[in-house]
Amino acid sequence: MRSFVFPEFQIVRDEEKCDQCRACERQCAFGTHTYDPVADRLVSDESKCAGCQRCVIFCPKNAITVRPSPSFYRPNASWSREKIEDLKRQAETGGVLLSGCGCDKPFRIYWDHIVLNASQVTNPSIDPLREPMELRTFLGAKPDLMDISAEDGDVEIKTELSPNLMVETPILFSAMSYGAISYNAFRSLATAACKSKTYFNTGEGGLPREMRDEFGRCAIVQVASGRFGIDAEYLNCAQAVEIKVGQGAKPGIGGHLPGEKVSLEVAETRMIPQGTDAISPAPHHDIYSIEDLSMLISALKEATNYEKPISVKIAAVHNFAAIATGIVHAGADIIAIDGLRGGTGAAPKAIRDNVGIPTELAISSLDRRLRDEGIRNRCSIIAAGGIRCSADCIKAIALGADAVYIGSAALIAMGCTLCQKCYTGKCNWGICTQDPRLSGRLNVEIASQRLSNLISAWSHEIREMLGGMGINALESLRGNRDHLRGVGLYEWELDVLGIKGAGE
Amino acid sequence: MGFEIIMPRIRRRRRELYNKEIAACSIFGAMNRDGERFTGAGVMKAVANMHVRGNGLGGGFAAYGIYPEYKDYYAFHLMFTGNSQAAKLAAKRELDAFLSSKFDVVYDEEIPHADEVMLRDPPLVWRYFVLPRKEGDESELTDEDYIVDKIMAVNTKIENAYVFSSGKNMGCFKGVGYPEEIGEYFMLDELYRAHTWTVHGRFPTNTQAWWGGAHPFSLLDTTIVHNGEVSSYGTNRWYLEMYGYACTLQTDTEVIAYAADLLMRRQKLPIEIVAKILAPPIWNAIDRMNEKEKKLLTTLRMVYGPLLMNGPFAVIIGQTGRMIGLTDRIRLRPITAATRGEMFYISSEEASIRLISPQLDRVWTPNGGEPVVGELNNMRKVLL
Repeated sequence: MRSFVFPEFQIVRDEEKCDQCRACERQCAFGTHTYDPVADRLVSDESKCAGCQRCVIFCPKNAITVRPSPSFYRPNASWSREKIEDLKRQAETGGVLLSGCGCDKPFRIYWDHIVLNASQVTNPSIDPLREPMELRTFLGAKPDLMDISAEDGDVEIKTELSPNLMVETPILFSAMSYGAISYNAFRSLATAACKSKTYFNTGEGGLPREMRDEFGRCAIVQVASGRFGIDAEYLNCAQAVEIKVGQGAKPGIGGHLPGEKVSLEVAETRMIPQGTDAISPAPHHDIYSIEDLSMLISALKEATNYEKPISVKIAAVHNFAAIATGIVHAGADIIAIDGLRGGTGAAPKAIRDNVGIPTELAISSLDRRLRDEGIRNRCSIIAAGGIRCSADCIKAIALGADAVYIGSAALIAMGCTLCQKCYTGKCNWGICTQDPRLSGRLNVEIASQRLSNLISAWSHEIREMLGGMGINALESLRGNRDHLRGVGLYEWELDVLGIKGAGE
Repeated sequence: MGFEIIMPRIRRRRRELYNKEIAACSIFGAMNRDGERFTGAGVMKAVANMHVRGNGLGGGFAAYGIYPEYKDYYAFHLMFTGNSQAAKLAAKRELDAFLSSKFDVVYDEEIPHADEVMLRDPPLVWRYFVLPRKEGDESELTDEDYIVDKIMAVNTKIENAYVFSSGKNMGCFKGVGYPEEIGEYFMLDELYRAHTWTVHGRFPTNTQAWWGGAHPFSLLDTTIVHNGEVSSYGTNRWYLEMYGYACTLQTDTEVIAYAADLLMRRQKLPIEIVAKILAPPIWNAIDRMNEKEKKLLTTLRMVYGPLLMNGPFAVIIGQTGRMIGLTDRIRLRPITAATRGEMFYISSEEASIRLISPQLDRVWTPNGGEPVVGELNNMRKVLL
């Protein structure tokens, strides 16, 4: 059937600059560029182009430009080009539209409507280059009040503390599984997490055995509905265990790693036969209720000898705050809340773009709900989904999060350009692929350096902003909405965020 | 395609409105550790010396040991505000009804004052000496928890009525004006003799001056005079609200008073530990400590992180038999402490101490986060 969808991108090659080195042809796994030996020139099939810009950056002569195609349908507020093309594709295939990365629709990005405070006169701002500025954060349950005995200056703590994760900066790498991303990308995250004294999350694809000794100390291991790669050693080599109930990019549905991506190594790590589809069911089939979740939490605590905090990751949906309260009562030490703009390797486009609520609103209502119940100290909140810069992190913390997970931001640091073709397994940047020719492009040393640089840069910026507010310890900003103001928001939005409007 | 849907303005429901005070101030404290009582004349003179640190929009005193004849009763100081005398009396009627249903009032009177001292819009100020009358489920509560609960109820539910002092054998006096004016208004140099006085002169920069917003802030016998700005206010507030403290007085000093109550009265922690919670050492220092100290301080910061008072502050905490000075962890607002014989002084400025006691045995500036504590040598003399 002839496709009625015209190419998304236009490729312009400067023939004067091009010397037919064929780098673009080698770089593109989608087969966009081919060499015509007769004409001695390169030709491009624009219909194959993903717009990932790999050929543009790797052209030694800087001869290629990839830009949005100027072709258009008659402008129509209701029938945008995307709507028309999606419809055509479905008419041609009869299938569900897949996409990668997070929701790209123009839902209000609250980060961009919140401004931060700074000290003037009455309260000195603090210069982090000259004064201590503390970002150290503990993730896990804290007791209500401590039982301390003090006799003649000899102080004894009687309360037994639950295990906590200590991070030197409130930024953790979000769950991305080996299988969905390449071994090199996975290892880069692990290396950077250890170097930056934070944690990476294995996702649901297990942790390769040879990595456990070295990287277990900075790993959060995930237990998801597919139960891939789980054994006692997996749980115990890590510092925390996360039960994945939902994901912001695709709340309510499971995952599907196609057999083509299940290489021998992926198969061994996931403990499934090579080449078989790895399907994570939509729900955990042993969790149909909150009491079932409670039992799984207990089982995992038992399996890890009560030495690891247990996190539960849920997608931010309409009634999630009440559900999260239940999860805390069920014994979770950490709630990871993933919002509307959270990323994914593959999700049905309809779900990615239409299900869930923005993280910013979710953080605030969860924090408030837990405070109202008087149990805010009994769990930590890790916010995920759409954190793009240090300012987003600090705003998330002021809205009530204890720390943030970054996924897309970490991938972008490694080279990702959010072309949304993760689900094809042909990632030209070597991140979201199992093709050894492509994944070999990602150098672990360089990629992990880029990731540590990112954490270091953001941490510096957080310290600067914190010092500007006259605060020298991050815990004094947590839930401190006093330092936030909204610009261009409706009253109900200010209410949900719990902040004043600017100038108020 | 730029068109916007205009939403009707709906009433804000649950917005957390913060009204944090931003202020500079002078603080002063004097204590006779033998429990000998003295009038407020000296401290009024000392705080007047720091006149320019205030702007006449708030001043106040806490005095310990002033009601020996009623020492077994809780002394409530009430403030009835309002635009007219009728409004103030209406608030008082409502309060009287509430009080008589929850307490046995043994004596009450208007707090004497000198009308010739011209102050802006003075409220009706009344004192009650009471004992709690606990009934039903509430008989399980301790006297103190019962009183805290009732004070929270008055301050949040009865319009125009504020309990601003509630301890035994002690009292706060405060209002809008320079502290020396407030002292003259309540005639502290003539009518009262205390073994411990703390004073505050206020320079608020943003909040509208009102009598309830002056320092000291108090709950039971704990009083706070505070100089500084708590930049962690929002965090401290939500943590304290989880433990039932309603922050209603439009100032950040309140959170210090409630934190002191939570940690010292309810948790019974010694002041050395409380100081490490309000103004903890930095992690670099903690990491270098021996295992035991490291564990203690790490645990304290983990559990009580939300009570860390960030930003510049200097406070004097008064309690029966004790006066404590504390500055923030990086000493952005230093205080001076001094002793002379049995007298113990804490002040924003050394000059004020020297003014009333030119000869001193010892004068020093405590480090950030390091409490200075004066205690009555002879507690019995006061408590008997």
